[in-house]
Amino acid sequence: MSEQDYLNDISEIKDLMNRSSRFISLSGLSGIFAGIYALIGSAVAYWLVANSGREYLILDGKIFRLILLDLFLIAFFSVITAIFLTTRKARKNGENIWDASSRRLIINFLIPLVAGGIYILIILNQQKYGQTAALMLIFYGLALINASKYSIGHVRYLGITEIILGLICALVPGYGFWLWVIGFGIMHILYGSIMFVQEKKT
Amino acid sequence: MGIIDNINKLFDHRIRLGIMSILVVNESADFNRLKELLNVTDGNLASHLKALEKEAYILVEKQFIGRKPNTRYSATRIGKAEFKKHIEALEKLLKK
Repeated sequence: MSEQDYLNDISEIKDLMNRSSRFISLSGLSGIFAGIYALIGSAVAYWLVANSGREYLILDGKIFRLILLDLFLIAFFSVITAIFLTTRKARKNGENIWDASSRRLIINFLIPLVAGGIYILIILNQQKYGQTAALMLIFYGLALINASKYSIGHVRYLGITEIILGLICALVPGYGFWLWVIGFGIMHILYGSIMFVQEKKT
Repeated sequence: MGIIDNINKLFDHRIRLGIMSILVVNESADFNRLKELLNVTDGNLASHLKALEKEAYILVEKQFIGRKPNTRYSATRIGKAEFKKHIEALEKLLKK
């Protein structure tokens, strides 16, 4: 075998190792969209609270229910967009959208996320609202880091950023709303754009 | 001992090398998953898996998922060690 054959061997080994253990078709564009939805959603929430005549939220109030609906819609549209764009990209890459790699990615993403979500609901029921934004950021960050082992590298850095923002948020709970906007809005757009630019390059 | 001694003849084939690459980074993989990743025919894949099994580089486990037979493959300790040696030999060869 010639040197070129060995080089081909090595690149094929690398490619197979990556393709078999990581799901690489995550679309950067879906990150950008998730960020935009988060910004729109938080603007709606801001408007709701500002027009409620109160400075604070009451758990069983109408405004609070509207904000929960608002959060749900942000998550819903982000997930739908991500599924749509990722399917498209996977098809282009010749990767299967629903195979062992993507299943592993989703399961590992969901474990910390669901645990965190349940925890937040429990403490909300105990009337502890102050740390909600911080907890959302931290658990979301942990979910991303856990998932990043089965996907591309940027997911890990986004996760670390979210955790840092979450911890800052825990220190200054008064700014929870703004840190949430930075974490879920601006950071998604930022990291989504970085991924998007790199996708175009390759 | 020359570097060439560590180049494993069994890995000189694209598909066998591919099978090992997948199995060293995954706990295990079933037949269809390997087929999908390597883009080969059933018969072709089966014969290369046989060759690796014969050398005890991979472990074959047959089981049933519901009623469907399912065969899982995983790399053995020997297989992983041989693969590592082979990669190191390749690297050295290219560095020269």
